[in-house]
Amino acid sequence: MEVMLSVIIGSMIVAAIAAIHARDLLSAIIAQGFVGYGLVICFVMLRAPDLAIVQIVVETITLVIMVAVVLDSSRKELETVIDRRQVATTGMSLLFLVLLLFFFNRAIGSLARFGDHTLRMSEAYVTGAAEQTGSINLVTGVLWDFRGYDTLGEATVLFTAAIGVLTIIRLAGKK
Amino acid sequence: MSVIVKKIAQLMSSLIFVYGIYIITHGHLTPGGGFAGGALVAGAFILLILANGSEYVRLKRQEEGSSLIESIAVLSALVLATVGLAAGSLVFFNNWLPGGIPGQLISAGTIPLYNIFIGMEVAAALITIFLALVIYKEEISK
Repeated sequence: MEVMLSVIIGSMIVAAIAAIHARDLLSAIIAQGFVGYGLVICFVMLRAPDLAIVQIVVETITLVIMVAVVLDSSRKELETVIDRRQVATTGMSLLFLVLLLFFFNRAIGSLARFGDHTLRMSEAYVTGAAEQTGSINLVTGVLWDFRGYDTLGEATVLFTAAIGVLTIIRLAGKK
Repeated sequence: MSVIVKKIAQLMSSLIFVYGIYIITHGHLTPGGGFAGGALVAGAFILLILANGSEYVRLKRQEEGSSLIESIAVLSALVLATVGLAAGSLVFFNNWLPGGIPGQLISAGTIPLYNIFIGMEVAAALITIFLALVIYKEEISK
């Protein structure tokens, strides 16, 4: 399974780079959709059907909206010229990447093996959640009982996003 | 769009809508829940609008309605959580309704109610964002 996951994640990285550098914005969106649906396959393989359902629906809706935006505006990517500032920012990001890999390499030794996580907190959830909450689906039981504040925050984020879109995008005011 | 696309979209969107309602109400039994089901319900409406064009729905009224439903759903989730504070021990998000038999549709106390409210909220928020973009496009082209 790890080999399959590595292949999928590797092709997702390739698709993400292709999405950044595509000349045609429509092909960039399709490459970005490949990243999203690859994530769906990863979730299914890692046995997380709840996340997979949410990801596949949200990915489809955002993809449709972005295709509509691109078809209505322009399919051409903006032309970029290479000047001194761009060279400086690229150099800085490369430096940051090397620094990050250095510290990640030092930290990776103390991590557990892949799929072999430490079960200090989640063990209590897995063993007791079904009896305590009465919910067969453990994910929903944890979401709405042990981590109610967390879920309320997520719902508020979506609420705020809708209000923000309504505020910014409205041309004519309401009477 | 052509007649075929319109008819297929009308048929499919009803199925998608029912499936979304199923995912929301069975959130405590099967994978899924308020977020996934709400996004599915919103997808049914977005499919209808995309297939039939923006004249199919009266945009302004729909947007006002979805915005209202969104606010009411968040408010009722908060009220339900506050009632949990008042009933029983002093815990916000207290599961104060009787648990019932695990595995049945009506069980798990307040969790199905939270799922329904969040499903309404997510569906209404996604439809509001989509309708705001459609209205913006129409106002731009005028």
